[in-house]
Parts: sequence; structure tokens; C-alpha cells
Amino acid sequence: MASFLQLLVSGLATGAIYALVAVGFSLLWQTSQTINFAQGEFVMVPAFFVLVAMHTLGLPFWLAAIVGIATAALVLGVLFKRIIVDQMLRHGVLPLVVSTIALSLFMREAVKDFYSAQAQPFPSLVADRDITLFGVVFSAQSLALLVVAVAIVAALHIFLQHTRFGRMMQATAQNPTVARILGIDVERMILTTFLVNAVLCAIASILISPIYLAKFTNGETLGLAAFVAAIIGGFNQARGAMAGGILLGVLDNLCAAYMSAQYRSAVPLILLVLFILFRPQGLMGRVEERTV
Amino acid sequence: MSLARILGLLAVLIAVGLLIAAPTMLRSYGVYLLALWSVTTIAALGLNLTLGYAGQISLAQGAFVGIGAYTVALATAAGIPYFVAFLGAGLITFAIGWCLGYPALRVQHHFLAFVTLAFSTLVFLVLRNEQWLTNGIYGINDIARPKVFGLSTNRNPDFYYFALGMLALFAGLQWWMLRSPWGRAFVAIRENPLRAASLGIDVRRYTLMAFAIGSAYGGFAGALYAPLVQFIEPNSFQLTYSLKLLLIVLVGGAGYFIGPFFGAMIEILLPEWLRFTQGYYLLIYATLVVILMAVCPKGLVGAVALIAERRRKPPGRAPGPGGTLDPGGATPGPTGAASASHSR
Repeated sequence: MASFLQLLVSGLATGAIYALVAVGFSLLWQTSQTINFAQGEFVMVPAFFVLVAMHTLGLPFWLAAIVGIATAALVLGVLFKRIIVDQMLRHGVLPLVVSTIALSLFMREAVKDFYSAQAQPFPSLVADRDITLFGVVFSAQSLALLVVAVAIVAALHIFLQHTRFGRMMQATAQNPTVARILGIDVERMILTTFLVNAVLCAIASILISPIYLAKFTNGETLGLAAFVAAIIGGFNQARGAMAGGILLGVLDNLCAAYMSAQYRSAVPLILLVLFILFRPQGLMGRVEERTV
Repeated sequence: MSLARILGLLAVLIAVGLLIAAPTMLRSYGVYLLALWSVTTIAALGLNLTLGYAGQISLAQGAFVGIGAYTVALATAAGIPYFVAFLGAGLITFAIGWCLGYPALRVQHHFLAFVTLAFSTLVFLVLRNEQWLTNGIYGINDIARPKVFGLSTNRNPDFYYFALGMLALFAGLQWWMLRSPWGRAFVAIRENPLRAASLGIDVRRYTLMAFAIGSAYGGFAGALYAPLVQFIEPNSFQLTYSLKLLLIVLVGGAGYFIGPFFGAMIEILLPEWLRFTQGYYLLIYATLVVILMAVCPKGLVGAVALIAERRRKPPGRAPGPGGTLDPGGATPGPTGAASASHSR
């Protein structure tokens, strides 16, 4: 039982990270039909922004973290939208898919060539020690990660559901044409979505890098997890992506412990196929209508 | 016969002549690269059928190549004749492709991308973890090269001619297929599934068919890949390889018959040309892909076709419908692409 609780907590912690990344992913899809194949790299790169700010500029960690998040917002939010997405969307979805694939390749290689191919230690938010709660030993890091990630997911949820701006964003996501008719500045909403996505990715990056170390290959699994979480949750609902991410993280950890560690990475994929077969609209999604 | 047609035919004849004469001009490594190009082109032709003609995104073509390669490697090691294994590789991948299409057909287009993405990772995991069958991460060594009409293909030039012959065979087959009612049905489905259905085309069956045939091309390519490189391991057939094949098709020009030939040529030769840049090859390649997609989303052949079309039209007019390949079906499909490929 104790080990089950432990697995559950670490699963929730991983799941909360997946949720952060998946929410950004599904927001991008909703507002601008961007399937971002570089989403995993979007989480990998900000850690290196922080490392550069710390080691090259000599800033303290908290300041470097802020610089990292700001840089991510600028580069992965604004520049990504202006330079890649706006150019490609005129041509359709496929060139955009290809460009984001190429972009992920670019980011991975750029980090490898210009920073390091070695895994880099990354300062952690809390000291790494164990905390005993109800007779179960938890690592302080994964607890802190869980708390921060859940707080951010909750804040985002409140922002999207209960603020005027958030509702305008949701409206844009669900139907840009109607949103425009209602007088919403759609272009600004879409840009905000890209900023939100970049910031979420940067936060996820700062949260996981102390555990997994900052390395150029970090994006591969995360990107896939974000896809899967977004699909199981329902592609067209931000809260679905949150639920999907958390569910995925928990199942992933439990399966690794109780079934087969070798096929651990197969769990999300099997889940994905089952969902596509039996509930393609996802946990909370609506059925999208076909257009002629 | 128009002048453009004669020139086109001439260009094809010169290209074929050069390909046949190549082994006399190149060293062994160059010939090996050309054989690799032939094999890669077959895989890309299959993906072009699925993606370019039937409009379905597949991210599993590399996995199908892997299944084909492992089938042949395991079968020939067990003493089964090469050509039986070769056909088996095609049949297996055809069947798997057919089954894989089902879940994806239940939903919308981009889901096929995710199903195939998942499939490609699953294949990698099975290849890596089922050691009793695939030898796991150690891969399979010393794959025998086949005897063709009693002639050994152990030397690179001999295997190259074999691969080139197979390329010609599969390219011819596709050429014929695209001109048959099947090919027209594929394009109709890509252009507009609902309209195609209203014309009496069984959309489900043809979509599955296009996907299965495309996958079988991948399987056949794998069946040639294994004896060519003589050593296979799970890593070669990861998602990266599928993405590479996708890039080949798109860089060449999806929906153009000769697109994959150019795409594969660039993918295989560019690393050799960019060798002077040392480690920065992938960086440069990625940048080039993004620029190409921004400037000409229809790929290299698309760019040439666009220029040709502009010349043909009187100045001052828009260069035809700039439709792009859009699996979501939100914009009109590449009618230009379809007609251009038919005129060659």
C-alpha cells in the first residue's frame, strides 16, 4: 500500500507535467490548427535558456528562471508564431506539420552543437531529501513538483473558465468566426495562446530538469506524452488535456511498476489506440463535425 | 507530342542512362549510396501514394520498412528462399497496413497521423524487447544477399542493378496504378471525400487500399534494405526514420509521381555534400526544409511545375489555384498537382 501511494504521488507529479505540456498543445491546436510536433523540444529548450542565463550572465537561479521564461515566451511564443506558423498556415496543415518536425530537429541539434551533448545538472527548487507522510516516504522534489504543477494547472483553469480574457480565448479556440463576430480581437487571442503555451512549456522545463537533467533528447518522450494526453483528454477541450495528462502520468508509473518496465513507453500508445477506437472525441471532447 | 513532353521523355531517358552507367563511373561507396537511394525511393513512392495521392498522413512508413527488413532477415536465416521472403514481407506489411487503417478511419484525418505514430513506436519496442525473435538491441548480422537469376549480388554494383530493377518495377506498377480507376479514386478521395462518396466511390475501401498498398511498398523496400546493408537493428527503424521518409516525400513534392525520386536523392546525397560542415549538417538540413516549406510548400517538383505553369500562362494572370495539400480538407486540394503529374 505504501509503495502504491508513493507510485501514485510520483505518477501524479509526472502527470501534472504532462498536463502542463498537453494543455498548451491543445490550445495551439484549437486556436490555430497548429499540431506542434516540436512541443517536446519546447520543454527541453527553456532549461538551456536558464542555464545560459546562470552560467554566461552569472545570474542567480530565480532571476535566471525568470529570464528563461521570458526568453521562452519571446522565442517559442512570439517568434514561433510570426516566423513559422503565420508563414505556413497560408499553405495548409501539412507544411506546418513538416516545419514543426524540422524545427524540433533544429532545436535538438542546436542545443547539442552549441551547448553540450552531455546531460547537464540543473538547480532544483527544493533540497533533495525525503519526507515521511503517513508512514510513506516521498521525495521532496516530486512533492514540490506536484504542488507547483497542480497550482499552475488550477490557475490556468480558473483563468480560462472564470476570467473575461480566458473566456474570450476559449471562444476563439472553439469558433474563431463567431468570436470575431462577437467583437473579440481574435489575432490577439491567438498570440496570447502562443505565449501561454511557451510559458507553460518553460515552467514544465524548470520543474522537470532537476529530476531528468537538462539534455537535448528530453523532448522526445515529452512531446509524445503531450500528444497522447491531448487526444485522450479530447483535442478540443483544455481541461480534457489536463485530465488526460494526469491520467497518463499515473497509468504510466503504475504500469511500469506492476506490469512491464520494458513496455512502459507502450502504455500511452495502447491507451491512445483504445481511445481512438472507442472514444475518439476523448474523455471530455465534443464530436467535431465534418465539413464538406 | 508537345515539345515539353518530348523534352521530359528525353530527360527521363538521360537519367535512366546515367543510372545504368553509374557503376562504371563511381567507386564502390558511391554505388552503395545509389542502391540505398533506389531502396529509399521505393519506400517513399509508397508513402507518396498514401500521402500525396490519397491524402492520408502516415508516420509509420519507417516501421513498415523495418517489418519488411526483419521479415526477410529472419526468413532467409531460417533457410527460406529470398524471393519467397520478399513476397512475404510485402504481404505482411499490406495486411498490417490494412488493419492499421481501421481505427484511424473511424475518426478524422490527423488521427491517422497519431495512430501511425503510436504504431511506429510500438514496432520499435517489439523489435527491441522481443530478444528471442529479433535479437534485441544487438540486431541481426550477416544478412545474405540474394541470387538473382542464378547470379550472386554480393558485389555492390550487382546489388545496385538488382535494386534499380526493383525500383523500375515498383515505379512502373505505381505509374500504371495511378492511371487506373484506382488511382483516380485515390485522388478523388483526397480532393473531397464526401463528393467522392457521392460519385459512388467506396471511400472506406479505397482509403484502406491506398494505405495498405503504400505500406506494402515500405515492406518491399525493407526486404531490399536488409540484404543491402546486411545488418539491421531496431534503432534504424525508429520514428525518426518515418519522419525522414515523410520529409523526403514533401521535399520532393507530394502528389507528384517523380517527387520521391528527387526527395530521396537529396536526403541521401545532401549529407555527403554537406560533409564539410561537419556536425552542422542536420541544422542546415532542418533550416532548408523550413525555408522550402515557406517558399514552396509543394516541394521541389512543385516549384518547377509552378514556374512552368507561370510561363505557359499569359502575364498578369494569377498562377492557377494555389491549392495545397491539406489533410483537414479545409482548403481545396492540389488540383494543380494532380493535373501536372498526369501531363508528364
